[in-house]
Amino acid sequence: MRTWDWSYTGHVLPDLLRGLLVTLEATALGSVLAFALGLVWALAFRAPTRWVRWPVGAVVEFVRNTPLLVQLFFLFYVLPTTGLTFSPLTTGVIGLGLHYSTYTAEVYRAGIDGVPPGQWEAATALSLPRRRTWTAVILPQAIRRVVPALGNYVIAMFKDTPMLAAITVLDMLKQAEEAGAESFRYTEPITVVGLLFVLIAYPTSLLMRALERRLGN
Amino acid sequence: MATEIPHQTTSDAELVRFEQVTKRFGDTTVLDRLDFSVEQGKHVTLIGPSGSGKTTILRLLMTLLTPDEGRILVGGRPLDKEVRKGIGMVFQQFNLFPNMRVLRNVTEAPVHVLGLSKDEAVERAKGLLEMVGLGDKLDAYPTQLSGGQQQRVAIARALAMRPRVLLLDEVTSALDPELVAGVLDVLRDIARSTDITMLCVTHEMNFARDISDRVLMFDAGRVIESGPPERIFGAPEHERTREFLSAVR
Amino acid sequence: MTTGLWELLFKGLWVTVQLTVFSAALAGVIAFAAGLARLSRFWIVRFVAGAYVEFFRGTSALVLMFWLFFALPLLGWQLAALWAGTLALGLSYGAYGSEVVRGAIRAVPVAQREAAIALSFTPWQRMRLVILPQAVPEMVPPFCNLLIELLKGTALASILGIGELAFGAQLVRLATGQSAEVYGIILAMYFVVAFVITRGMRLLERRAKASVGRVPRPDLTSAKRVPPGAVDTGVGTVGGGSR
Repeated sequence: MRTWDWSYTGHVLPDLLRGLLVTLEATALGSVLAFALGLVWALAFRAPTRWVRWPVGAVVEFVRNTPLLVQLFFLFYVLPTTGLTFSPLTTGVIGLGLHYSTYTAEVYRAGIDGVPPGQWEAATALSLPRRRTWTAVILPQAIRRVVPALGNYVIAMFKDTPMLAAITVLDMLKQAEEAGAESFRYTEPITVVGLLFVLIAYPTSLLMRALERRLGN
Repeated sequence: MATEIPHQTTSDAELVRFEQVTKRFGDTTVLDRLDFSVEQGKHVTLIGPSGSGKTTILRLLMTLLTPDEGRILVGGRPLDKEVRKGIGMVFQQFNLFPNMRVLRNVTEAPVHVLGLSKDEAVERAKGLLEMVGLGDKLDAYPTQLSGGQQQRVAIARALAMRPRVLLLDEVTSALDPELVAGVLDVLRDIARSTDITMLCVTHEMNFARDISDRVLMFDAGRVIESGPPERIFGAPEHERTREFLSAVR
Repeated sequence: MTTGLWELLFKGLWVTVQLTVFSAALAGVIAFAAGLARLSRFWIVRFVAGAYVEFFRGTSALVLMFWLFFALPLLGWQLAALWAGTLALGLSYGAYGSEVVRGAIRAVPVAQREAAIALSFTPWQRMRLVILPQAVPEMVPPFCNLLIELLKGTALASILGIGELAFGAQLVRLATGQSAEVYGIILAMYFVVAFVITRGMRLLERRAKASVGRVPRPDLTSAKRVPPGAVDTGVGTVGGGSR
């Protein structure tokens, strides 16, 4: 058994932190995409015609029930053949955002369903146009209620970003892997990556729980 | 305040008319070929046991429900979105928008439905909130107000649309007893000082007696008795009315 | 695609199923152990279980898998890739599952516990005869969601070179270059397995509920999905949304 090498740890740390930036970038961009697309799905679930509801529901169900990693491979290898060439990071962000949008869609749906019927009735009684009812009355209330739930998905997505290493994105895990491959010492870089994840994810999840309690009242 | 709301010429012209309206929920017939009409500027109160279809009438007028049979005319026109703009409603549970401050609750529809400028809408809203005694609560959020205050905001919100018809759906049922009087006073004021046609579902018999020109007694989806409040409350003809009145008193 | 290549995919599917079953079994044991431990009377037991749960919910399953595979051997243990994968998935999803167990047990009305005490049951009898039979049916829908998340998680094992479905697909892609077809096919395969799991769990839920005399929910598919990463894996909630 070999002992922990602190100087080697110090040596790989800058690369890992550079990877962390990529990881955070992917999480941030992926979240924005997931929030936006999820809202589109949630509104499509309420479309008046089933020709919208049904296909959207099927696609969302399919994407949610299949592995993100395989979806990333699909995007990574198939998108270029259709003439769309993106950087690996962009491909990864699309994959993360699309996958998580199927979860945020459910969150929004629950939030929208949670707005009391009286709010719809009051909007009708005031003859507010449909669009205005959504943007000024329903969505502000729905989204406020689901902020903690959305936050939890950001954390979940953050923990899924190492998958982007599989499509050559230089995230934290990829950096650790490369450092390991160079020196044949994986223990230090991978342990540090694991700890960094806990160090970021745990306080953030505590924050979400606190937020949930506050908004719950 | 009377100047705030347009004075329409008093006439006995019918403003609201139900023709053979039937409404069913599943197997239950809530309204059974109902005929009735309300004249311009009159205050009509609907009374009757719960489940007798009173609230359904208001909800039909508000297009929250659609009749299964028959038709509803307002000002001679069949009910549609355009006609609905002339109808205001105050709900049992207030249904204020919790994400908006009091002032914006009242200006929201005038700006986005009637196309008023922000300034006009604010001015109108301030006047109305003053009238209901909440001129100092413009920047509060609804949850910071008592139930009675919320209901008065809801009344101001409905009036800001300058409706020809105002629907009042058990507006005091959700209030603590000590808050009821304040709301009823505001409504009495409006009934006295304006020419708005009012349709009111209530269990407050004294209030009904005060403001009504006519009282309709409902039972099992039909009007079984109607007349001026003095007669309905003083000398009801129908057995069911007598039972009902003695039960609620 | 030739039959040989199809065979590769089906072999991969079989490994995926095995990996799912093994990890789920491990996760199930851990979920009950940790979930019950977090309700223990002794603070030290609660603390240790809580630390385990928070740690494994906080870290990334893939990083954990890498760590077990690459780092652990250098500290003296060597794990076969398949076991590293199983262990990583079992530990991660066991942590999520323990929250389900804890939530469901806490959702049993206090009066039930009091009634059991009044009947002089021992604590273990209370749990086994009164609390668990009522809590377990409530656990089935969230467990179903976790199981599908676990199934999806098995794809991570391909990165360690375990010959499961995603790995098989990589080989076939290299052989044929038909990326769209290959990945399309295996996505469909995953979906079918997930569908079978959902159906099976629905049946299980109906059974479990019938055993305590309750009417099953009409539609399990409408039960809200909570991903393993989301904090709130409690029973019957979707984050802050549905209150």
